[in-house]
Amino acid sequence: MRISEMCEEGSEQVNVLQEVLQFIINALSLGGLYALMALGLVIVYGILRLVNFAYGELVMVAGYTLLMLGAGPIPWLIVAAISVGMAVLTSLLLERVAFRPVRQASATTMLITSFAVSALLQNAAILFVSPRAKAVVTPSFFTENFQIGSLLISKGNLASLVVSLLLLGLLTLFLRRTLLGIALRAAADDFVMTRLVGIRANQVIATAFAISGFLAGVVALFWIGRLGSVGPFVGSTPVLVAFVAAVVGGMESLTGAVIGGYLLGTLTVGLQLVLPQSLLDYRQAFVFAIVLLVLLFRPQGLVRGTAVTERV
Amino acid sequence: MLSVKDLYAGYGAIIALRGVSLYVKAGELVALVGANGAGKSTLMATVAGVLRPFRGQIIFEGRSLLGLSPEEIVRRGIALVPEGRHIFPSLTVAENLRLGAAIRGDPAAVERDIEEMCARFPILGKRFHQPGGTLSGGEQQQLAIARALMSRPRLLMMDEPSLGLSPILVDEVFAMISQLHASGVTVLLVEQNVERTLDIADRVYLLNTGKVEFEGTPEQLREQVDIVGAYLGDVRRGI
Repeated sequence: MRISEMCEEGSEQVNVLQEVLQFIINALSLGGLYALMALGLVIVYGILRLVNFAYGELVMVAGYTLLMLGAGPIPWLIVAAISVGMAVLTSLLLERVAFRPVRQASATTMLITSFAVSALLQNAAILFVSPRAKAVVTPSFFTENFQIGSLLISKGNLASLVVSLLLLGLLTLFLRRTLLGIALRAAADDFVMTRLVGIRANQVIATAFAISGFLAGVVALFWIGRLGSVGPFVGSTPVLVAFVAAVVGGMESLTGAVIGGYLLGTLTVGLQLVLPQSLLDYRQAFVFAIVLLVLLFRPQGLVRGTAVTERV
Repeated sequence: MLSVKDLYAGYGAIIALRGVSLYVKAGELVALVGANGAGKSTLMATVAGVLRPFRGQIIFEGRSLLGLSPEEIVRRGIALVPEGRHIFPSLTVAENLRLGAAIRGDPAAVERDIEEMCARFPILGKRFHQPGGTLSGGEQQQLAIARALMSRPRLLMMDEPSLGLSPILVDEVFAMISQLHASGVTVLLVEQNVERTLDIADRVYLLNTGKVEFEGTPEQLREQVDIVGAYLGDVRRGI
């Protein structure tokens, strides 16, 4: 994903337009992935006021499914579908066994529960799989490029760009057009009132967790496709990125999460481009410094939510 | 239709209801009046299933509501218009109305009802695709009532529907309530505006610190105004 690597070697005069296009594709690709990560976190937070730090482990579960089935004879697309399915199932299972019992408890209790679940799953992976990262068989697709004129585009980047836009579109349709989708948005506004109109609390919450797991699963495909390996801590960067993007965008708004994700992605790719080689290692530090600045001026995030804290 | 017997309820260690008994017959408009903290809202929240009572019975159409969740109680035919309206601010008026009918499985009839609501409350038709949060207080109140009606409740509970509204809107809200009542909806109404409430109610309960202090017709309450006036605190001027 490094711009310099993608450009044709030896081409002395790099077209400005080409640079810009390259930048836009990379920014939208990484930003789209970040947006999906943030959405997966915010869709649960909006309803339960729970920052689910075990979200990263859903990426891990999907990753290990890729690892175990990827080497076999099953076509990759089916393996990918099963992996996403595993992330959804795990998310639903965690909701049922870990979060439902503490739903009435304070936000702090739920937060600590999510840390516990996260640590438990990481340690299970260390114990039963391996403490070290293992190489995952990914389709050559992720490392291949194709050329349009003098523009060299990574297929993996293009795929994550298209898939993230597609999923955002589908999710928007679901949230606006279906009763369950409208109920999800309503529950983020005012959970008690949502129950008072007859929406079943368990159904709405389970749906939110299912969507969260689905997004984590899709993110895992591309994230692990980029990394080429999966380990017990593979989910820690995605969950951190998701959290930061969500905070920047505004924790209480789905639109905010998407904006935060794209912003963070653009920032990361942009810094890659403008930072001198010697400072590239500190790219993340620059990203977080800018995030801090944003939060200094807009502590509530870029997009303010409409949720009422007052309950019936 | 609804009968509440010896109900004790509250929040944690705070007991807001101390042995309240009351009933609402089908087709009646029953009002609960009383000062702040008398337990009116607590009673409604308990009937709606938001609060679990410590003791007592709640029977609706012959079946107990105890232990049921809010989403099951609305399916039994009770809708609540909560204090403070609680419309969904980020949802459009249309979506608010559609969610009001969440328990119904007849999409065509739901569409007809939405049209009917827009005819009854023209402002909702005008603001149909606007987020609920952009509506004024009076408009939100109309939306909250319309949303509750969308579930086709047999018992409509309204908690302070005129609170915070301008005098003209208060007139409108009361006209709306008597109109609903005339059309056959059973109503349990909590109001601070005692005078207006007595004009439209069939029967009245006066609550004071969690107990029923008086029950009877509005005329009876008016006759005994000297006795009960002392309990009304803030709303004394209204009588």
